[in-house]
Amino acid sequence: MLSIRYEAPASVGEAVALLDADEGAKVIAGGTDLLVQYRSGLREPTAFVDVKRIPDLMEISIDADGLVLGAATPAAEVFENTEIRQLWPGVAEATDLIGSTQIQGRATLGGNLCNSSPAADTVPALIAVGAQAVIAGPSGERELAVEDFVTGPGQNVLGRGEFLVKLRVPRPGPRTSDAYLRLIPRTEMDIAVVGAGVALTLDEGGTCTAARVAIGAVAPTALLVPDAAAALVGSSVDDAALAGAAQAASAAASPIDDKRGTVAYRRKVTGVLTQRAAAIAAERARER
Amino acid sequence: MSERKFKYVGTRPIRHDGVDKVTGRANFGADFDAPGMLHGALLRSPHAHARILSVDTRAAEAVAGVKAVLTGQELPKLQSMWMGGAEGGIDFRDIAENCLARDKVLYHGHAVAAVAATTPEIALQAARMIEVEYEELTPVLDLEAAVASDAPILHDDLQPIGATDPLPEGPTNIAGRVEFSRGDVDAGFAEADVVVEREFRTQMVHQGYIEPHACVARIGEDDQVVVWCTTQGGFAVKNYSAMVLQMDPAKIKVISSEIGGGFGGKTTIYLEPVAIALARKARRPVKMVMSREEVFRATGPTSGTIVRAELGAKRDGTLVAGRLSMFYEAGAYRGSPAGPGAMCAFGSYKIPNFYIEAHDVVVNKPKVAAYRAPGAPMSTFATESLVDELARELGLDPIEMRLHNAVDEGDQAPYGPVYGPIGLRETLEAARSHPHYKAPLGQNQGRGIACGFWFNAGMSSSANVSLHADGSAVVATGNPDIGGSRAAQAQMVSEELGIPVERVRPVVADTDSVGYTDMTGGSRVCFATGMAVIQASRDVVDQLRARAAQIWGVELDSVAWEDGRALPANGAEGDHEPLPIEELAQQMGRTGGPIVGKASLTAPMAGPGFATHLCDLEVDPETGASRVVRYTAIQDAGKAVHPGYVEGQYQGGSAQGIGWALNEEYIFDERGEMENPGFLDYRMPVASDLPMIDTVIVEVPNPLHPYGVRGVGETPIVPPLAAVANAMRGATGVRFTVLPMSPPRVLEAIDA
Repeated sequence: MLSIRYEAPASVGEAVALLDADEGAKVIAGGTDLLVQYRSGLREPTAFVDVKRIPDLMEISIDADGLVLGAATPAAEVFENTEIRQLWPGVAEATDLIGSTQIQGRATLGGNLCNSSPAADTVPALIAVGAQAVIAGPSGERELAVEDFVTGPGQNVLGRGEFLVKLRVPRPGPRTSDAYLRLIPRTEMDIAVVGAGVALTLDEGGTCTAARVAIGAVAPTALLVPDAAAALVGSSVDDAALAGAAQAASAAASPIDDKRGTVAYRRKVTGVLTQRAAAIAAERARER
Repeated sequence: MSERKFKYVGTRPIRHDGVDKVTGRANFGADFDAPGMLHGALLRSPHAHARILSVDTRAAEAVAGVKAVLTGQELPKLQSMWMGGAEGGIDFRDIAENCLARDKVLYHGHAVAAVAATTPEIALQAARMIEVEYEELTPVLDLEAAVASDAPILHDDLQPIGATDPLPEGPTNIAGRVEFSRGDVDAGFAEADVVVEREFRTQMVHQGYIEPHACVARIGEDDQVVVWCTTQGGFAVKNYSAMVLQMDPAKIKVISSEIGGGFGGKTTIYLEPVAIALARKARRPVKMVMSREEVFRATGPTSGTIVRAELGAKRDGTLVAGRLSMFYEAGAYRGSPAGPGAMCAFGSYKIPNFYIEAHDVVVNKPKVAAYRAPGAPMSTFATESLVDELARELGLDPIEMRLHNAVDEGDQAPYGPVYGPIGLRETLEAARSHPHYKAPLGQNQGRGIACGFWFNAGMSSSANVSLHADGSAVVATGNPDIGGSRAAQAQMVSEELGIPVERVRPVVADTDSVGYTDMTGGSRVCFATGMAVIQASRDVVDQLRARAAQIWGVELDSVAWEDGRALPANGAEGDHEPLPIEELAQQMGRTGGPIVGKASLTAPMAGPGFATHLCDLEVDPETGASRVVRYTAIQDAGKAVHPGYVEGQYQGGSAQGIGWALNEEYIFDERGEMENPGFLDYRMPVASDLPMIDTVIVEVPNPLHPYGVRGVGETPIVPPLAAVANAMRGATGVRFTVLPMSPPRVLEAIDA
């Protein structure tokens, strides 16, 4: 009764084979979501496939193209990385918001994405910076934008035998930066009621030339909001542009009433946080 | 009495149990295992209100590894018998049927049947295989629905208790009603220049103790039972379990573990009789440990409330009339803290005319249990909010307004007794002169002030103090140590015997090893059990003096005791060299045998506690999120035995009250299932949510205690609800009458 296999493959190929052979097998990285779900009876896997011994999944490398982040790299290693904090401060701050210090030693960005909660903090931040997800499977590797990875609450594009290997984040150009904010009733150890990530680029005159806005916890999946980005592009990220972005983000939100907040509340705060995150990102971009 | 110079009392020694607790060595409820032990699991009701038509346990019994299955029908059927008590009474039939439902389930999560098996997983799986046929009934999920004339009835045989004139006709969900009054209320309101009136609402909240309920029960072939468990009172577990199982209490011994928080929530029993009954069936020890989810769904929180309140004052701020109509959720069985809520509501002020009525109402939610000053925070939330409103309307400083009306020695408490020396005025004066009160406020910040009163309990306690041959001592009492009582008791022994605190070993004794002692609760341990410790220590001192008198060949009166030695009394110095305790202890065997001091007492009264709290709150006007930026708790301790742990009580009660005010609430769906049974969505404050809570200990000695001690544990949770709401009023301009003041609720009110 209730016996679960534990597998620790050393290569991507081995992991794919294990997952392909057993539909009930689950990939485990930090386990901070999976083990909780298992213990509370929400998931009953037949096997845990621990991917932390696969070198590709534990990698952090930064070069001229940008960041390659192994899917099982612990959150603490991400936000404690000086270069990541400097180049993608929004991603770093979103990562730093996850759980507690103890949890951050195990929790991973890959796990955060694969758990596919609409309220995941790193997902809007990754979408804002244009991150790509690299997936391995029986028919080889494929790559897609993070905003296309999650398909619904707890659901994603991963098919049988597939798992997330790494994330690729393009290197920001000059005067480009990002920010992430979330609303929780407490200061930590909580789940976002609303989250907003913004990345933008300014030209030498301070005019916004490119922007990406993503919102979390206000729809079945984190959303990229092109209208909010459009409100910022061409402006000096002034109050009017910020208000326009806020309005577009609020309009894009399709939240539900639940124990964590009401529809009206989430819609309004989506705008507030978008506006604030955009202002912070612009401030950071001016300094780069 | 207050002239006494203390040597050990008032110092801050490291608690004797401290190192074991911070290193993880201490044994809590779930840490005990017995050889051959089975694991118990409960099947719980998926309905908030239903009749049990049948229970089929055959499939569960057939599972390999299952050793016993138990249903509510197998426990003795008890007659209802209500026993009143200061913090809410008890009915053993209700306790029994709350442990395992018999004919009806009354809340989602109500235990229906139990399984003991060789592993926890098997037990849980087998429990899920028990087939229960229910007839679903409409759940009664709020106070208004419960008292409506066409309300579904929880208990057909419920007889209201208390001031029930007129008695409701037919079956009712109103289990009881209390009334307190003084003067002529209508005339009082007619005399008022300003009257404020509001309706206040609070939701069920949990104590939030970190350690879930846990026990191990073992039974021998001779039916002798030993229970290891986490509890606020071993004697209560022994006697309650005996009642529920209709066993001879002489057969039950209870050993209480270290306790990871209780706050009143561990003053009753849930698992112990079930574990004993399973152990008896299986003839093997049975361990039961609740999950966090079970703690939330099926142990006692405190009541959700509706308080309709009215307060009138003269233009100079003199309070002239007050009226309160209160409704408290009892949960599934009678026994909400409506009574103490009514006792405390006007406890801080001289109000010549008032009328208070409070109703105890059953609803299809978990049966409430005691929670730190049970009932008082909710009623005080109403009255202290109204005092604040009156001060605003009259343009008076909120502290001056309160000082103007504060009760003094000689004033009568709303529930009858006349106050002895009390420290409310002193706490208000300390608040007025505290730098916090004068500090400037920032943008979007508000400052709130509120007072709080709790009557405190005395009750029965025993203590043994044994002297060892090396002159060290052991003090044994029957109170589980929740808030540092071991250290405080050792300090009292040190004070009397004159030996260092480190040479006193304080022991939490089991129910076979010390005289009867009421629970750790009612802020009574340092006060009442402390008195027993002092008396037992003085018994030791008297025996030591007698030994010295014997050695010196003098009368007992000629021997004094000072600083741990016997001295010739009455200026007879020089006749004999002082005899230190070590020397007298060494000679015990030759001078009459070992020395043990003992004391048992019942303290009918305790001496009440008053507090004044100051809260600065900052609100984000765009999101409704708020943050306590500064908080000061000022309270009369009478005499602080261990000031560090007194401050800890002030801080802990404040933190719980702030959580209650801002974010904590039970959320139920329309079927009565709790939606947030975990600390993720039941939002207690975490450490980073709060500033360092500043404290001021005021000491107005309590004449009922030899050192002047007052209980301090409960009063600190009484003021914060209103202190935070009053600060919110300052920060937003909105008077909040509904808790919690969560960000969505605050933003909605600001935007309205």
